[in-house]
Amino acid sequence: MPNPIHNTAINLTRDDYKGRPSTLCKGCGHNSISNMIISACHELEIPPEKFVKFSGIGCSSKSAAYFLERSFGFNGLHGRMPSLAEGALFADTSLKGIGISGDGDTANIGLSQFKHIARRNVPLVYVVENNGVYGLTKGQFSATAEKGLKLKRHGENPYLPVDIAMEAIAANASFVARSFAGDPKQVKELIKAAISHEGTAVLDIISPCVTFNNQDHSLHSYSWGKGHESPLHELSFIPPRDEITVEDFERGTTREVTMHDGSVIVFKKLEREYDPTNRTEAIRMLEEAIRRNWLITGLLYVDPNTPNIYDMYSMGKEPLNRTPVDKLRPDPNSLRYINHSFS
Amino acid sequence: MPRSKVNDFGITVSTVNGSGSATANNTIHKAISKMGVPVSGRNIFPSNIQGLPTWYSIRVNNKGYLGRLENYDIAICLNQSVISSDIAGIHKDGLLIVDDSIKFEKPISSVRIIDLPINEILTCCEMPGNLKGYLANMVYVGVLAQIIGIDLKKINDALDQHFNNKKNAIEPNLEVVYASYEWAQKSIDADYGYNLAPIAMKEDQIVVDGNTAAALGALYGGLQHAAWYPITPATGIAETLEDYIPKLRFNHEKHTTTCVVVQAEDELASIGMVVGAGWAGLRSMTATSGPGLCLMAEFLGLAYFAEVPLVVWDVQRVGPSTGLPTRTSQGDLAFAYNLSHGDTDFIILLPASVKECFEFGWKSLDIAEKFQTPVIILSDLELGMNFWISAPFDYPDEEIDRGKVIWEKDLEEMKQAGKEWGRYIDVDGDAIPYRTVPGNLHPNASYFARGTGHDRYAHYSEDPKDWEENHTRLKTKIKGSLPYLPEPIIRKGIKECSIGIVSYGSTDMAVSEVFDHLNSNEVYCDYLRIRSLPLTEAVKTFLDNHEINFIVECNRDGQMKNILSMIYPDIAHRNISISKLDGLSLSASWINEQISAYLKDGKDAQSYT
Repeated sequence: MPNPIHNTAINLTRDDYKGRPSTLCKGCGHNSISNMIISACHELEIPPEKFVKFSGIGCSSKSAAYFLERSFGFNGLHGRMPSLAEGALFADTSLKGIGISGDGDTANIGLSQFKHIARRNVPLVYVVENNGVYGLTKGQFSATAEKGLKLKRHGENPYLPVDIAMEAIAANASFVARSFAGDPKQVKELIKAAISHEGTAVLDIISPCVTFNNQDHSLHSYSWGKGHESPLHELSFIPPRDEITVEDFERGTTREVTMHDGSVIVFKKLEREYDPTNRTEAIRMLEEAIRRNWLITGLLYVDPNTPNIYDMYSMGKEPLNRTPVDKLRPDPNSLRYINHSFS
Repeated sequence: MPRSKVNDFGITVSTVNGSGSATANNTIHKAISKMGVPVSGRNIFPSNIQGLPTWYSIRVNNKGYLGRLENYDIAICLNQSVISSDIAGIHKDGLLIVDDSIKFEKPISSVRIIDLPINEILTCCEMPGNLKGYLANMVYVGVLAQIIGIDLKKINDALDQHFNNKKNAIEPNLEVVYASYEWAQKSIDADYGYNLAPIAMKEDQIVVDGNTAAALGALYGGLQHAAWYPITPATGIAETLEDYIPKLRFNHEKHTTTCVVVQAEDELASIGMVVGAGWAGLRSMTATSGPGLCLMAEFLGLAYFAEVPLVVWDVQRVGPSTGLPTRTSQGDLAFAYNLSHGDTDFIILLPASVKECFEFGWKSLDIAEKFQTPVIILSDLELGMNFWISAPFDYPDEEIDRGKVIWEKDLEEMKQAGKEWGRYIDVDGDAIPYRTVPGNLHPNASYFARGTGHDRYAHYSEDPKDWEENHTRLKTKIKGSLPYLPEPIIRKGIKECSIGIVSYGSTDMAVSEVFDHLNSNEVYCDYLRIRSLPLTEAVKTFLDNHEINFIVECNRDGQMKNILSMIYPDIAHRNISISKLDGLSLSASWINEQISAYLKDGKDAQSYT
């Protein structure tokens, strides 16, 4: 079924998807991700008014102001972005939610809400801009920092890290990807795929902090990422209105997943065979990546057909927040009946 | 021979929790109310599922006083572990009806005793073996019915209602009631002096609990979204929403709902969902108790500052900490009043009856949306979880007011007229800005809501002027809400007087009785019941007009007294706190003692000083 949003004829330029000027550090991975969100939304030709942005607290969460200025947004509380989104998105289920969080916001203070939004499968693109460090408070370890990482002010990290993609899969997330801000092309395709996914889409994007955690040995640095990124596949997102042409891909080397809205994700095989619809395989791959310090990137797992929270709550097509007031108050007869039942 | 008491006595029933006595107790309560006799019932229960003591106390009072009694006339005891304290609470000349398997020392007082051969009576009835434990409770129903004169037909009606007319559930219960009634007829020949006399009943009288009333009020107020986390004593509100949505707010043809209820993972998430929904243009609420309200403090500060409408029901229990989860208090007032860090003002509503729970249930949603701010309603376990006689709920007499929400058409008109829109611009001079919500597709509609400092367009700002202007406007906005909040209720004494009594919430049940008692004993006083915060001028005037004001409430520190003294320091010396917290609601007799002792000795006589 083609998504009506994609068919809206609009004449918008990329500028219409931009936000306020970024106040983050020069070279921050988050700016690169913001740019890819702008490009992805523009290329999908979805009007900016159809997006709603949510964020928590931290450098990452500030970045929600730096894209899609024509979209509504809510910069909420530390670690509580998911619950805000869960409540707000019921108001109009035709809207596309984009949540921006960081590793502290998601894996430290917000781990509970992160896992619960995944298990409820609330349609939301959940981007974690993951740099292993608290930036706004100037360089403390977050829960995704690797054991043994050394930071200027705090010495050596004694704890094992939380793996956000693994947590997402364990929580039954229906779309889990990992990427690297230094690989903008992949980030953009993943964002497009995530927007078309009608459930919670978790994007764990390694996004280096140039000020506090960009040493060559750090697993969240540009140089580590550039040297160690190991993509599972090369992926392309094909919106429902576009035809897939044979010339684009060599036969036999690709795999396709059709999304619920009719769009298709095409995966081109690289070194290894990888089936992104196999949850067991995704867990095994992540486990191996953790053991070997691989920065595997790509779409780790997707199930486009898992029922989402709207399916569970009998939501109609008409936006709930446009319900006329006469439909909200039951009639006087019903109250007479209720009063009588208590007599 | 003790004096005869007609329609004016108290009964307490002690059982073991999890034994199924709720059916028996509700049946007694309901049957008496069906006779037209004013009756109230309180469930004093443990935070436990099975095996601990639980009490049900019933008060029959022809004047309709609903407050708790300190002592009772009849004790029905089915629990060995509490027999001594049960006996200690019986009035001298009272009556003890006791399971004959319970061992106890005969009281020296003139309490009369009936040994109840429960097993013997049950053997006369046919019943499935697995129901025997539950049905044992119906024995005291039948015996009590014979002693005080409960109409058996009304017991039948009460059971019909309780079991939804399911014959196979009703019949075994009725059989035990009849057998026990007959046993009492044969074995008891005394008239104990406690009698019910049927009263021509107001036809439309209802019996309902405060939590049910709150939920129904919200549904008639156009509630569209609720998120909650289970917590005693507030759970009933969310569960009632779920019960009634299919009947009241569901389109069965299209299979779509106009109200969504989500059980969240905790109170942090439930209030987060409610803030999100309120921001996005849904009438939204949550129900919780003190521990949950603690967790919600940060989000409520955000909602106040980002100007998000929502409603929080706090059904108070005893705190701090886990406290007494199944006992009542008015202990969250000071916390709710001062909620969140920074400068805030929260609108607080204080219902005192099930009727007000219903009324505030819908009204709160209008107030929240009109003033784009959170409204906190402080109910309590006493009101929320017990069943109360009431006049029927009144259908809302005001249209739903969604406040200043604007859509595409409005923005286009503004644009054509050359007017700019900004989320926090005070266009009308009433400090209430216009509000757009997600889904509004006008290119000028959007804004980025935030809990950080912001200017009139919701952009981040650290400019001192922006901060100060915004907060001054917020203060003005909340002040502007006062004429729309429930006014205090004032009852004048029978003569001009210098004594004032002030109370709020469920404590009104006892204070109403105290007010009548004092006035009829020539201690003339006026009574003011506060129904909302921030305080209105009417409260100040009342306090001004009395030389002494007794502030009566169910908490340790006299929290309302402290608020009144803080807001009106020049008359603070007139405020006398009558407050107590032991997990039970205040009784009229205790309040009377405190006030009388003060008036006699001129000093504070309460337990906590």
